[in-house]
Amino acid sequence: MKYIDEYRDGEAAQQYLTAIKAITTRPWTIMEVCGGQTHAIVRFGIADLLPDDIHLVHGPGCPVCVTPLEMIDKAIAISSLPDVIFCSFGDMLRVPGSAQDLQSVRAQGGDVRYIYSPLDCLKIARDNPDKHIVFFAVGFETTAPGNAMLVYQAAQEGLNNLSVLVSHVLVPPAIQTIISSPQSRVQGFLAAGHVCAIMGTQEYTPLAHQYQVPIVVTGFEPLDILQGLYMCIKQLEEGRCQVENQYARVVTEQGNTAAQNLIAQVFRITSRKWRGIGDIPQSGLSLSPQYAGFDAEQRFGMAADTPVEEPEECISGLILQGLKKPKQCTAFGKACTPEHPLGATMVSGEGTCAAYFKYST
Amino acid sequence: MNSMTPNCPLPLADHPKVLMAHGSGGRMSAQLIDKLFRTAFDNPDLDTLHDGAILTLPQYLQQPLLQSLPQQQRIAMTTDSFVVNPLFFPGGDIGCLAVNGTVNDLAMCGARPLYLSVGFILEEGLAMQTLWRIVQSMRTAADIANVHIVTGDTKVVERGHGDGMYINTTGIGVLEHEQAIGPTQVHAGDAVLLSGDIGRHGMAVMAQRENLSFDSHLKSDCAPLAEVVLALLKAEIDIHCLRDATRGGLAAVLNEIALASGLQIDCEESAIVVNDDVRSACEILGIDPLHVANEGCFVALINPTDQVRALNIMQQYNTQAALIGSVQKTASALVTLGTAIGGKRILDLPTGELLPRIC
Repeated sequence: MKYIDEYRDGEAAQQYLTAIKAITTRPWTIMEVCGGQTHAIVRFGIADLLPDDIHLVHGPGCPVCVTPLEMIDKAIAISSLPDVIFCSFGDMLRVPGSAQDLQSVRAQGGDVRYIYSPLDCLKIARDNPDKHIVFFAVGFETTAPGNAMLVYQAAQEGLNNLSVLVSHVLVPPAIQTIISSPQSRVQGFLAAGHVCAIMGTQEYTPLAHQYQVPIVVTGFEPLDILQGLYMCIKQLEEGRCQVENQYARVVTEQGNTAAQNLIAQVFRITSRKWRGIGDIPQSGLSLSPQYAGFDAEQRFGMAADTPVEEPEECISGLILQGLKKPKQCTAFGKACTPEHPLGATMVSGEGTCAAYFKYST
Repeated sequence: MNSMTPNCPLPLADHPKVLMAHGSGGRMSAQLIDKLFRTAFDNPDLDTLHDGAILTLPQYLQQPLLQSLPQQQRIAMTTDSFVVNPLFFPGGDIGCLAVNGTVNDLAMCGARPLYLSVGFILEEGLAMQTLWRIVQSMRTAADIANVHIVTGDTKVVERGHGDGMYINTTGIGVLEHEQAIGPTQVHAGDAVLLSGDIGRHGMAVMAQRENLSFDSHLKSDCAPLAEVVLALLKAEIDIHCLRDATRGGLAAVLNEIALASGLQIDCEESAIVVNDDVRSACEILGIDPLHVANEGCFVALINPTDQVRALNIMQQYNTQAALIGSVQKTASALVTLGTAIGGKRILDLPTGELLPRIC
C-alpha cells in the first residue's frame, strides 16, 4: 500500500538498525512522546531490535490516558442525563471513571455515540432539535483544530443544542515538566509528528536550548521511528542539542497556521490536570470567552472538580514520566488489564501499559 | 467446572449489565461463555469448545440407516444468530450470512452440511419486499452450499424492539470420515494455513453502517467454506483443527486455539494477506485487520507433512491461501507475530468492541 509499505520495509529497517549500532558508543535514554509512537514501537517489536544501550521510555502522549478521572466522571454524569446525546471519539468509551465507563452508561439506556469526526455532531444536533448534543473534546494539538471547527461552525449556524466538554492538553508543557524533574533520566526526545504538523517545530527550540536536550520531530511508521532514533542518538553522540525534523514530509517549521489561528480563536490556554501526573500550569485548552456559551460544564452546572483518588497500587504517573516500566508494576497483567484498568496507562490502546500488555513478548 | 449455584459466576461488580463488548468475540465474550454459559450448561459435548457439537448417534440408530458411512456415525450440530446492521451490505446481506455462517460452522467440524432450520424475529413495519429479498438470498445461498432449509419459525416483535430483523439458523451435518478435528487435537509442529485474505467483511459492514465515504470497493467475503474443507478431507489431509475467523478476526481464533491446545502459535505478519482497501480503511480508523471479522475465511492446523498438498487444494479455491505459521511447544499458550521489520510481538485477543482510535 503506497505511503505505508515504504515505511515498513524490512531491509531498510535493518540498514537503520545497523547504522544505529555503528554510532552508539554508550547508553542513552530516549523518550518517545506520543502514544501513537509507543504503539508502533511495541506493535512492530522495535525495542527488541535496538542495541542494548538504547533505552526507550514511553511518554505521556496518549490523550485518552491523561484525561483526568474527574473529567471522565463529568462525561459519565452528563451522558446519563435524559435528553442528552453524548458524542465521543471511540476509544474514550472504554475509559473507566471512578464508578463506571461510557459503555456502561450506554448499556443503561444513555444515548452515547462514537463519531469519526467532531463535525458529525453538527448533523446530529440539526437532526435532533429536542435533544442536547454534547461532544467530549479531548486530545492534544492534533485534535484541537477539528474540535475548534465544531464549535466555530455551531456558532456560525446558531446551534443552541450543542456544547463541548473540553479536556484538551498541550505537549510542550508536559515535556518541560518531565525534563525539569530532578528524577528524570531522559536525555533526548522524539517529539510527536502529528502535533507538530499543526503547531510546527518552533515551540520546541527554546526547550532544546534551555534543557540541553536533542528533540527530533518524528513520524509513526517503523522507519520513521528508527530514523528519528538515529538522528537523536547522532546528536547525543556528537554533543548537540537541536530541534531536528525527521517527519519533513508532513511537518513544517511554521505548521498549519490556519489551524493555529482557529485554535487561538476558539480556545484559550489554561492550567490542566493530567491523569497520573497532576496539575501542569498552562498545559491545556479551554473555551475562549467568545465561545464560553458552548461549555458543557457551565451548561450542566459541573464546573467544580471533585478530586478523585486513583488506586494506590497504580504507578501510571511514574510510567507516564518515563521513570518506571509497566513490568515493574505489581498490578500489571494481574489486578490491572485492558478490561479492568487501574490507571491511565492501561486504559487506551495507545497507553504504555496497554501496549505492553497487548504486544510485548 | 463449578456446580450450579444461584449466584452469577461473572464478577458482577465489574459488569452488572451486558455490554456490547460481551458479544464482540474478544476477551469479554470468552469470559461470558466460560464463566456463565459453560458453568450453567456443563457437559462433555459442550466442553470441546468447537464451532459446533460433534455427536455420536445412539447405537440403535446407526447400522440400518446409513450404510455408506464410517463405522461410528457422527453428526455435527451448530447454531448461530445474525443481528447485522445494516441488513444489506456490499457483498451480501443478513440472509446469505445466516446460511453461510452456519454452513461454515458445520464445515469447521469437518462435517458435510445437510439441513438448516431458520428462525426469523421480524420487527413490526419491516417492508415485505425487504423480507422477500432476504429470503430469496437465503434460498440462493442454500442452493450454492448444497443444504436444505427444512424447518423454521417466525416471530414478530413490536416496532422499536428489533433492528428490522434478526435470524437464527441451526444446522446439522454428517461426518463422513473418522478424523478427530478440534482445538484439543492440535500438536506441536502443526502447520497453520489461512484460506484467503482477511478483514473484508468487518470493514465492508462498518463502512456501510457508519456511512464512511471511503473511496474504495470494500466487499464482504461472505461465502460457504464446506466445499474446500470436504476436498481437504477427501484428499485425506491429516487435519487437526479448523476454525473460521469470524467475530474477533484471525487474532481471536488463533488465541482460542492456542488456549484450548495449551500450545504457542507463531505466525508471520507478511504471510497474512490483507487487501489494500481493507488496509487503508483499517489504517484510517486505527483498527488492526487481524481483529476484524471475516465470513468466508478459515484457518486449518494440519500435520506439517501434508502442508504442500493441503495448500495446493486450498489455493484451487482461493489463490490467496497461504501458510502463515506453525505450532510450538512452549510454556505459554500465546500467539506471536513476526513483524514486517523483523521484530516479534504478541498477538492478543481484541479487548471488546472495535472502537476507532482518537488519533
